[in-house]
Amino acid sequence: MEVCNCIEPQWPADELLMKYQYISDFFIAIAYFSIPLELIYFVKKSAVFPYRWVLVQFGAFIVLCGATHLINLWTFTTHSRTVALVMTTAKVLTAVVSCATALMLVHIIPDLLSVKTREMFLKNKAAELDREMGLIRTQEETGRHVRMLTHEIRSTLDRHTILKTTLVELGRTLALEECALWMPTRTGLELQLSYTLRHQHPVEYTVPIQLPVINQVFGTSRAVKISPNSPVARLRPVSGKYMLGEVVAVRVPLLHLSNFQINDWPELTTKRYALMVLMLPSDSARQWHVHELELVEVVADQVAVALSHAAILEESMRARDLLMEQNVALDLARREAETAIRARNDFLAVMNHEMRTPMHAIIALSSLLQETELTPEQRLMVETILKSSNLLATLMNDVLDLSRLEDGSLQLELGTFNLHTLFREVLNLIKPIAVVKKLPITLNLAPDLPEFVVGDEKRLTQIILNIVGNAVKFSKQGSIYVTALVTKSGTRSPDFFVVPTGSHFYLRVKVKDSGAGINPQDIPKLFTKFAQTQSLATRSSGGSGLGLAISKRFVNLMEGNIWIESDGLGKGCMAIFDVKLGISEQSNESKQSGIPKVPATPQHANFTGLKVLVMDENGVSRMVTKGLLVHLGCEVTTVSSSEECLRVVSHEHKVVFMDICLPGVENYQISLRIHEKFTKQRHQRPLLVALTGNTDKSTKDKCMSFGLDGVLLKPVSLDNMRDVLSDLLEHRVLYEAM
Amino acid sequence: MNTTIVAQLQRQFQDYIISLYQQGFLDNQFSELRKLQDEGTPDFVSEVVSLFFDDCAKLINNMSKSLERPENVDFKQVDSGVHQLKGSSSSVGARMVKNVCISFKECCDVQNREGCLRCLQQVDYEYKMLKTKLQDLFKLEQQILQAGGTIPQVDIN
Repeated sequence: MEVCNCIEPQWPADELLMKYQYISDFFIAIAYFSIPLELIYFVKKSAVFPYRWVLVQFGAFIVLCGATHLINLWTFTTHSRTVALVMTTAKVLTAVVSCATALMLVHIIPDLLSVKTREMFLKNKAAELDREMGLIRTQEETGRHVRMLTHEIRSTLDRHTILKTTLVELGRTLALEECALWMPTRTGLELQLSYTLRHQHPVEYTVPIQLPVINQVFGTSRAVKISPNSPVARLRPVSGKYMLGEVVAVRVPLLHLSNFQINDWPELTTKRYALMVLMLPSDSARQWHVHELELVEVVADQVAVALSHAAILEESMRARDLLMEQNVALDLARREAETAIRARNDFLAVMNHEMRTPMHAIIALSSLLQETELTPEQRLMVETILKSSNLLATLMNDVLDLSRLEDGSLQLELGTFNLHTLFREVLNLIKPIAVVKKLPITLNLAPDLPEFVVGDEKRLTQIILNIVGNAVKFSKQGSIYVTALVTKSGTRSPDFFVVPTGSHFYLRVKVKDSGAGINPQDIPKLFTKFAQTQSLATRSSGGSGLGLAISKRFVNLMEGNIWIESDGLGKGCMAIFDVKLGISEQSNESKQSGIPKVPATPQHANFTGLKVLVMDENGVSRMVTKGLLVHLGCEVTTVSSSEECLRVVSHEHKVVFMDICLPGVENYQISLRIHEKFTKQRHQRPLLVALTGNTDKSTKDKCMSFGLDGVLLKPVSLDNMRDVLSDLLEHRVLYEAM
Repeated sequence: MNTTIVAQLQRQFQDYIISLYQQGFLDNQFSELRKLQDEGTPDFVSEVVSLFFDDCAKLINNMSKSLERPENVDFKQVDSGVHQLKGSSSSVGARMVKNVCISFKECCDVQNREGCLRCLQQVDYEYKMLKTKLQDLFKLEQQILQAGGTIPQVDIN
């Protein structure tokens, strides 16, 4: 036997088994070789596979396994030692790689599994998001519906349209079967079915308001699910086969105008609600969802607001119509009143004219008759006629005036006038009568009484004349005192407040007489027209009784007050009146103490501390001039001779008053000497003013030629001196004070 | 302060002073003088007036001396005296005195001694009369002030 290095297989060669093993190994090898190929192919296809090197490892493992099995094919028969060696190497390698792969898989597989779990998680999340999105979408849809509904509801201000639209839109949005609105009746005790969407309802279908289900709904602002069998929901004929859909009811507050206070938003203590009932279609398995309920609540609120807007609008329209009617009526009334007044005025004017003409004739001819030769009885008769007709003429005037005063068509004619002069003139008018009756009249004008005032001169004269005339008329003896002053406050009547404003003041005039007096009980009647006190004394003095009434009207027009005080019969009386007058801008200014006219420089407004020198030989005269200047605030030095004057005069003195009484030239010399003294300091020379009793031109010329700055006529009044000083200091020359 | 007494006194004062004006003793200048009297110079009028009366007395004395001897009349002096007197009286508003002075001056100009003497006498009489009257007036003023009232302003027209 040849010795060969071959290895004998362990077992005897069983032909069939061997064949099968051979085939299996073959196929295993093929499979083992093809798996990596497939893997490589598919991995190349896929983009994401994180563990490539694992594949390599795996591939190697499989290839080696395949190789092992392949090589196994040769070991079935007798094989050389090389084959056995290769076989062993392959097996060893395969073992190494397999173990390495096994070890690695321990790491890899958990990772792969976690990938799977992550995938599962993400899938769940995606499902959840899908659900949520579905929800949001429905909500958004609901919101859109609400907006649309609101828009529809608010686009009209007509109550019926609002309600109808609400029902229609709600029905559409929520796909309702029926929608109904119950409104409270006027009595508030019942709810009446006012609007439905589809079904016709019987007229006057009411339901008492005190039902528990209704109370339940009214008690909350949320939409409440109610039973389909409740009276408010039973709107259609009940038929057994219907499975009634769910019903929801919500309250709609009806707000009134009076509920809208700015400070607190209306508490819903109104207790007036309407009821909105919504029914889902029967036979559907639909349920009320939360978002649908919310929609219903929102809509109910909106409807409430829209209804109140509509109500407000209705109110304002009604009010406006009412106002227009009233306007028209008022206009008509006004026009009628105007026509009436005009007619009355025309009548009065015409009658007045018609009455005056014959009156005129009577008066004129009677006066003429008086001038002719008459017997005493005739004269008496004519005088009576004249007196009566004069009286009648006055009466007519008074009546016309009074009627115009009463209807307010009389207006004051304002103008500027001299108040002091007015008083004097009135007194002059009355004086003749007073003198005849031996009643001295004293006028006392307050020193602060403005001279130039703005007011109705004619009417004021009338008032004063009337009052003073009454005083004279009703006094038999004694005297009459007329006082005029400026009053500031505290008048007699408590409801009449005197407030002196800038350019106005209140003039108070008091007229006191020592005549017959008046019974205090009669005082209120004095100012009423045509009323006269019954005493004989007054009866005989005549008069229409209108004088005081007219005066009172005028005083009232001048925003004043008039009253009479009397201590009783025989004790005389005092008539007092206040009237408001304006202060005239112009001439008063120069008469007031020290206030200059506007263009004057302020330093001359005040003479305080103004140093002046007075030269006068006559002691008395000197003292008087000094007193005058001291009163104006100047600092006065006096000298009694020209020499003394020259000695004393200095640049501190602003003005030198020198008395020039003697006609000689000597006095004028002093002026020249003063000029000499100040030749060097021209601007410091004091102003020189001559005081003289002579006002003729020669004196003036002489003064001018001797360098005097001004001439004053003695005696100088206080006002005069004031004017002169301010003029002098302003213009540094004065030749007008003559 | 009893208001009725004060009112009464004031009424009296008013009436008196009005009467002086009405009778021609005083003219407007006197009221101007009264205007110059205020809180700072409460006795102004009485001071001026007393100075005037002193002046009058002095001047009249001098003038009477000058007019004493008929042959030796210094008319210049008299004239100056009259001039002074006229000035003083017009300064205080002594109307009567002033008027007499005017006629006095005329007499002086024509050097009529008799006339001057007569005028001098008249002047003397007038100023003394005025002095008495004014003294009464001032007394009334004092009474009013003592009773606590104020001197009323009187406007003479």
